[in-house]
Amino acid sequence: MNDDVAIRARGLTKRFGTLTAVDNVDLTVRKREVYGFLGPNGSGKSTTIRMLCGLMRPTAGEIDVLGYKIPRDAEALKRRIGYMTQRFTLYEDLTVGENLDFLAAVHELTRAAARTRITELLERFWLADRRNQLAGTLSGGQKQRLALAGTVLHKPDLLFLDEPTSAVDPQSRREFWESLFELADMGTTLLVSTHYMDEAERCTRLAILDHGRVVADGTPHDLMANLPGRTLLVEADKPREAQRSLKDLPGVIAMAQIGTSLRVLAKAGADFEQQVAERMKSAGLVAQVHAIAPNLEDVFVVATSNSKDTNHAAA
Amino acid sequence: MQLRRLGSIIVKELRQLRRDKLTFAMIIGIPTMQLVLFGYAINLDVRHLEAGVLDQANTARSRELIAELAATEVMKLGKPLQSPEQVDAALRSGEISAALIIPPDFETRLERPDRPAAQIVVDGSEQVIQAAARQLAAFPIYKNTGWTSRTAGIEVVNFYNPQRRAAVNTVPGLVGVILTMTMVLFTAIALVRERERGNLEMLIATPVSPWELTLGKVLPFIGIGLVQVTIVLLLGKLLFDVPLRGSLLELYASALVFIVASLSLGVFLSTLATSQFQAMQMAFFTFLPQILLSGFMFPYAGMPVAAQYVAEVLPLTHFLRLIRGIMLRGASIGELWHSLAALGVFIVIVLSFAVSRVSKRLD
Repeated sequence: MNDDVAIRARGLTKRFGTLTAVDNVDLTVRKREVYGFLGPNGSGKSTTIRMLCGLMRPTAGEIDVLGYKIPRDAEALKRRIGYMTQRFTLYEDLTVGENLDFLAAVHELTRAAARTRITELLERFWLADRRNQLAGTLSGGQKQRLALAGTVLHKPDLLFLDEPTSAVDPQSRREFWESLFELADMGTTLLVSTHYMDEAERCTRLAILDHGRVVADGTPHDLMANLPGRTLLVEADKPREAQRSLKDLPGVIAMAQIGTSLRVLAKAGADFEQQVAERMKSAGLVAQVHAIAPNLEDVFVVATSNSKDTNHAAA
Repeated sequence: MQLRRLGSIIVKELRQLRRDKLTFAMIIGIPTMQLVLFGYAINLDVRHLEAGVLDQANTARSRELIAELAATEVMKLGKPLQSPEQVDAALRSGEISAALIIPPDFETRLERPDRPAAQIVVDGSEQVIQAAARQLAAFPIYKNTGWTSRTAGIEVVNFYNPQRRAAVNTVPGLVGVILTMTMVLFTAIALVRERERGNLEMLIATPVSPWELTLGKVLPFIGIGLVQVTIVLLLGKLLFDVPLRGSLLELYASALVFIVASLSLGVFLSTLATSQFQAMQMAFFTFLPQILLSGFMFPYAGMPVAAQYVAEVLPLTHFLRLIRGIMLRGASIGELWHSLAALGVFIVIVLSFAVSRVSKRLD
């Protein structure tokens, strides 16, 4: 295995009875990357992460994490990874300090090493003044920072974070991501799942998951650059009517009203700007149509609508 | 197995326990409450039973009989009745539980020792009342009044509990019942809670082993179990003067083995349950047969053979034999080795099942 690769999975599949939660996923995560899993609920993000950590056995496929064959070497891997669950799963009836003491012992840190490491982490995650507070009484953002501190106590080489910010306010989310980049800076590889576009955009690479499949992957920049001329902004005086008149235009994938203008996402191919402008004119609407830069949400919508088409084709 | 890790799990468990006011209260409250309730309520010596009198003879000697029976205080012969129909109605309505009926030919019956002179009609729907009436019928009033003696041919001599105090029989059994109730329930809940709250998902991604996790969570309860044994024994001694005729050390040793057996059962249940509520239901499901078939409520000898086989499987049955033997009969553990061995077999089987089911995976 290439020394530069932290995670490699081939043909990863997980079935629960008749439901296929993860369907033939190929994945390559390089070291020091902040790799994102973007996908709606039920797209297989959590299940994939659990299989990569060795918490679940795959129905089919091969996994290689930090050079360990998973699930065979899962116990050995557990010393080198950190896994932060979606829910807050530290003990709410223990204090911040007690939780970290416990985790330090579980990870076999010596008492002295644990003391310095815990003090250091409490400082770094702005929890020093909360040391004797019960974890259950912390705010959402503080809980996430405590969970992260608990996850990195033993200085893991690889971190799995399953929707770490789903219960946190925007300010705390930003702070949390600052901490993640700090870890990446120090050489940790991170795999983060999310359903927030802005978070996905911060990743160095990302995979978009839908119905258990990877429907797109690459750097956020490349993914967005792959949609030239396909996002239009229609500035009309009557945006609702403009939207109605464009509804049956072939090739429109999605439309969203943003304030007084209309954002239109189209299929690849024909000169769409022209078609939209003509449609506006024939409907008697005064409108300006111009191409704009696609964002990650456009990438997401295109990727997941493609997978729906193939689903239909298969059915 | 790593001692520092095991220790940290125990410390964590004790810290959580200290903050869990309800469980903490239950550890002290359940034994105290049960001991007081059972100790005072399970009392087979009935007193002041509401009773009626139908005196159809109404002679000096019949009135003497009524006075004698009233003096025993078993029955409160308060309600005078006029006819057999009235006796019937008062019994049916529950107004009285028994009635003393003295027939018109009372005087002639007294002369003939082969016929009962009077009758006590009792409410047979209450088991305890029946027993009380039998006890009353055997009361040697004839001796006192100077009539022909009618004592029984066979005398029953009560060994270990000569005053027939119910508490003496109840308290040792109660040690077992309380341990069954709390140990199985607490461990099953403590282990399932970890899974239900998601803590387990976090823990299994660490190097902790299933043995460390199970042992670390179960060991504190051994201490708690021994505290409960002490509470019941102390209160039993102070409130009911229950004797300890055997060795205290052997008593604690048997309790320890029984606690481990109950904890094993709790661990096993925790691997079956998916929620704390389910764990609680399962604990009660195993609790009921133990209470009913172990010999705590009903005598083992009186049970049908099939029920006796079931009882042999239950740990409480064997512990009751141990603790009653040690506390009341002054037996040594050597004389009761088969009960101890049975508990050992139970532990090995149940714990092996349980640990084979504890897995470090989510699927």
